[in-house]
Amino acid sequence: MFDWFAQIGKSAIDFFARLGGEVLLFLQTVKAFTVIIFRPALIVQQLFSIGVRSMLIIIVSGFFVGMVLGLQGYNTLIDFGAEESLGVMVALSLVRELGPVVTALLYAGRAGSALTAEIGLMKATEQLSGLEMMAVNPVERILAPRLFAGIISMPLLAAMFSAVGVFGGYLVGVDLLGVDTGAYWSQMQARVDFDQDIIQGVIKSVVFGVVTTWIAVYEGYTCLPTSEGVSRSTTRTVVYSALAVLGLDFLLTALML
Amino acid sequence: MSNSRILEISVGIFVAMGIAALLVLAVNVSNVNSFSTGNHYNITANFDNVSGLKERSAVSIAGVTVGRVTSIFVDPISYEAVVEMKIDARFNDVPVDSSVGIYTAGLLGEKYVGIEPGGAPDVLEEGSVIRLTQSSIVLEKLISQFLFSQSDKKGD
Repeated sequence: MFDWFAQIGKSAIDFFARLGGEVLLFLQTVKAFTVIIFRPALIVQQLFSIGVRSMLIIIVSGFFVGMVLGLQGYNTLIDFGAEESLGVMVALSLVRELGPVVTALLYAGRAGSALTAEIGLMKATEQLSGLEMMAVNPVERILAPRLFAGIISMPLLAAMFSAVGVFGGYLVGVDLLGVDTGAYWSQMQARVDFDQDIIQGVIKSVVFGVVTTWIAVYEGYTCLPTSEGVSRSTTRTVVYSALAVLGLDFLLTALML
Repeated sequence: MSNSRILEISVGIFVAMGIAALLVLAVNVSNVNSFSTGNHYNITANFDNVSGLKERSAVSIAGVTVGRVTSIFVDPISYEAVVEMKIDARFNDVPVDSSVGIYTAGLLGEKYVGIEPGGAPDVLEEGSVIRLTQSSIVLEKLISQFLFSQSDKKGD
């Protein structure tokens, strides 16, 4: 009769256990960042598979997002005779919002899912226990380099996204639709502030980098060591990352604005 | 070429491109060095009304930006708006009897502070207060004045 009551208690305890486990593992991983000094090759390898391999999708989508912003912005601004402000609109929306957010979503789909699947498969094939048998700490050897590489990669990818997007908007706005070149750049430079806008975007992308990479690494590390478990964890990585990024984006914008 | 060499080179290119993108954003998109660094001196001016003026608005002489508004607040005794501005140290020989006004760039543009240089031999320096000020024009007041004057004419 009181089964439902016990059920509530169980799910509450499970929730706090998961939260606590996640925080403790995160702290352990951050503590293991010393591996950077002793084994820099591990980081380089992860930067390659996380950062370099995500570069193409980020640059191409940044370009298209910038071009769409140019088209849409022009069509709206022309009604008010304010098409000279196109540069401001494109740059601000990219630097403040779309750059960090879209990059984080793409990054979660491209690199985050790969991380989860990789670590999950390592667990399923008992490579992680093998490492422990050899007295190699898997947190230090597997988790820390990946988390660190993710934290470095995200801001760089987001910056590339925004920079390429600004040029995409330039291509459509100036070359295709005939906005004045000087107005596009000068209004942008006058209105976009380094301390406020650019730094805010960088802070956002660093936070998203920590969150998405951590979700991916944690899901992989704690997944059920079966093929179904790996597939579930990979799905969860993408879903949780997307939700966390969008929610945090609202929070960060509200805090920093 | 060994495999790890290619790896290192591509990671190097990735990091360099990321930093280059950040630099493009900083220099080309936001113009980072406009008065945020470098020497400058602060002056203040009291206005009856500054409606529309914001922090970081431009301060200009003859249409050339020479500084930025740093803060705007109300004097609790005189109820005047006190506008603090920082002026680039390169423009250090502006006469003390210069007048400042709040103007609008274009019909719907941003408000900015314009300095009209005077003729006194003394120059503005850190902490100077400009006495001659011209307030921001409030469009609603102008329109209502115009409408009232029109209706007065009809009443005659």
